[in-house]
Amino acid sequence: MRKLITVLLLTVIMMYGCTDTKTHSKGVYMLLDTSGTYAIELKKAQSIINYLLGVLQPGDTLAVARIDTGSFSEKDIIATVNFDTRPSVSNRQKLVFQKTVNEFVASVKSSPYTDISGGVLQAIEHLNEAASGQQYILIFSDLKEELAKGHIRDVPFQLSHCTVIALNVTKLRTDIRDPKQYMERVAEWQAKVEIGNGCWRVINDLERLDNLFTVR
Amino acid sequence: MTVADLLQITGNPYLSFLVWTVLLLTTLYFARKPIHRTVMSFSKIIKNAMRLSSISVLNAGEKLAQRNREVLISAGMEHTERLLEREFDRITTAVTRDLDAYPSLHRNLADLTTRLEEDYNESAEVPPSLPTWMPIIESIAKIKHSGDSMIATMLGEINKTLTQQHKTAIEEYRSSIAARHIIMSKMLPYWRQVQKSLDSVGKTVTNLTVRAQTIDNYMEEYEKIRSQEDQAVRKLSSSSLTQFFIAGLVLLIAFGGALINFNLIALPMSEMVGGASYIGPYKTSDVAGLVIILVELTMGLFLLESLRITRLFPVISSMDDKMRHRMILITVTILIILAGVESALAFMRDRIAYDLEALRQTLAGVEQTALLSSRIPTIGQMVMGFILPFALAFVAIPLESFITSSRTVLGIFGVGFLQTISFLLRLLGTTSYFLGRFVVNAYDLVIFPTIWLEGAITSSWHKTHTEINQEDIRQSQDEETDADGLTDERLHYKEQEQ
Repeated sequence: MRKLITVLLLTVIMMYGCTDTKTHSKGVYMLLDTSGTYAIELKKAQSIINYLLGVLQPGDTLAVARIDTGSFSEKDIIATVNFDTRPSVSNRQKLVFQKTVNEFVASVKSSPYTDISGGVLQAIEHLNEAASGQQYILIFSDLKEELAKGHIRDVPFQLSHCTVIALNVTKLRTDIRDPKQYMERVAEWQAKVEIGNGCWRVINDLERLDNLFTVR
Repeated sequence: MTVADLLQITGNPYLSFLVWTVLLLTTLYFARKPIHRTVMSFSKIIKNAMRLSSISVLNAGEKLAQRNREVLISAGMEHTERLLEREFDRITTAVTRDLDAYPSLHRNLADLTTRLEEDYNESAEVPPSLPTWMPIIESIAKIKHSGDSMIATMLGEINKTLTQQHKTAIEEYRSSIAARHIIMSKMLPYWRQVQKSLDSVGKTVTNLTVRAQTIDNYMEEYEKIRSQEDQAVRKLSSSSLTQFFIAGLVLLIAFGGALINFNLIALPMSEMVGGASYIGPYKTSDVAGLVIILVELTMGLFLLESLRITRLFPVISSMDDKMRHRMILITVTILIILAGVESALAFMRDRIAYDLEALRQTLAGVEQTALLSSRIPTIGQMVMGFILPFALAFVAIPLESFITSSRTVLGIFGVGFLQTISFLLRLLGTTSYFLGRFVVNAYDLVIFPTIWLEGAITSSWHKTHTEINQEDIRQSQDEETDADGLTDERLHYKEQEQ
């Protein structure tokens, strides 16, 4: 019996020692474009965040940040959470997170410029710190970048093992007149991401969010 | 230069075709015998190889069948031994119980007999008789007196005394009879007690006789198995198949129970071990839930082994009684603790599910008042969580039956498989042989003009040597017959006869 208990204990210790807490965890960083007319789309972003809160599991990381004039800053992070491994605690964290996002959406003010690259750089930094197994950057924006004078964003992205998903990429008035502009804009971002060894996807139909974390 | 040019040896293509045909037929005619021999030897090689393989496989099948039979007999003997052992245990218990009580029963019977004897003696006492001088007085009292008053008075007194004495004697007699009746009525319960004791002894003896009869039956069955009678083997085989399917069915049911149990504890286990860690591709909480269920099964296995219900681990069943009792105590305690843990986990699962539903409704913007907070599902889950470990503990019984019977069933299937393989090999060999014959005949069919020509030339040139030729033909036919494999068929029949 003593031998059996010893073997069981050793097995438990070995299993605990072999447990992997990082490979299967997801790190999601969502950028919300608050510039100009796009700010009115934030209601949709709210439903995406609710969806994310529903699907993310204990141990996952979620951060929501705004895209404004200078997005490469921790100050632009609206809410961030590393969900506890216990489901009960994780549920409470989700409720708090939702409340924070709701408050932000209710009080958001649009910014004059759109620093998407700065936001992406901040997201990379944040996700690298979280060291999640699967990293996702969700860009809720029309992808029209407008940098303020003096802001330099010629740093190449380092997006290894990271998937960048552009959500709700709306067509601008100029795009309607000349769709080529829209396509070039999307292609430009795709190139930026893929040069940085990232994976690029666009989801405009928000009813298809169940494919969000599908590995391609 | 093309191939067509090479083939066209004359200017006329038809003539070239004819020349080539003649050349080809001539070549094929001269190559006829070597090709026949080659084809037939090749087909014979395949046939013999297949036949040998078939015999080898069949032998392996027979060995397996023999082994299967031995396993079956061994299992049957073990089963009967267990039954006999149980019957002997019962007899031992009955004999020990009754013989232990026998001295007191004997003493009781002896006491009762003594009392009965005493009572009988008491009841047999003669009532007090009249004094011996009474007849004298009676004679005097009956003397007729002549009227003398003194004598008359005396005789009257004597008569009076006598009458009184009679009356007293009758009363004494009656009281004595009544006393005897009382003694006799007191004897009745003693008789009944004796009757009861004897009935009990009789029942015990009858019971022992019935048990002895059962043991006789088992011994008869045991003897049949031991002498390896076909009937006994068939019975055991049938019993083994039945056991296999029944045990399999029960194991499937148990698997369903284990699955439900797993679903009951997997989610709350994430509260204990965390829901974010993985062991390989599996969540640690799932693995932990599975481990708990497996530990429960193992404890059940050990418990039933300790109770000597199953015999999967000879080490446990051969332990001394003290150690076994300790083991029973330990396994039951662990099972109760695990059942308690599962019950608590089931409660926790209900709470987590409630929280998750509340979260989903909040995220979807639905009012939380729609949630029902009945306690019945919670209590139901907790009861299930407590009962399932004990239910799973009994899986050891069908598991043992399944393992034991699967040896026989797998053996039967193995024998069937080997016999099928043997048949297929033999079929392949025979087919290849007849295929060879077919090729030879087809070859002859292709070159039939040359054969016909050979026949015509031979008949015209050797008319005078017909008999010699016929002898040659007969010899060649014999050779062909040999080549046809009739000898092999004879050999085959011989083998079959053997």
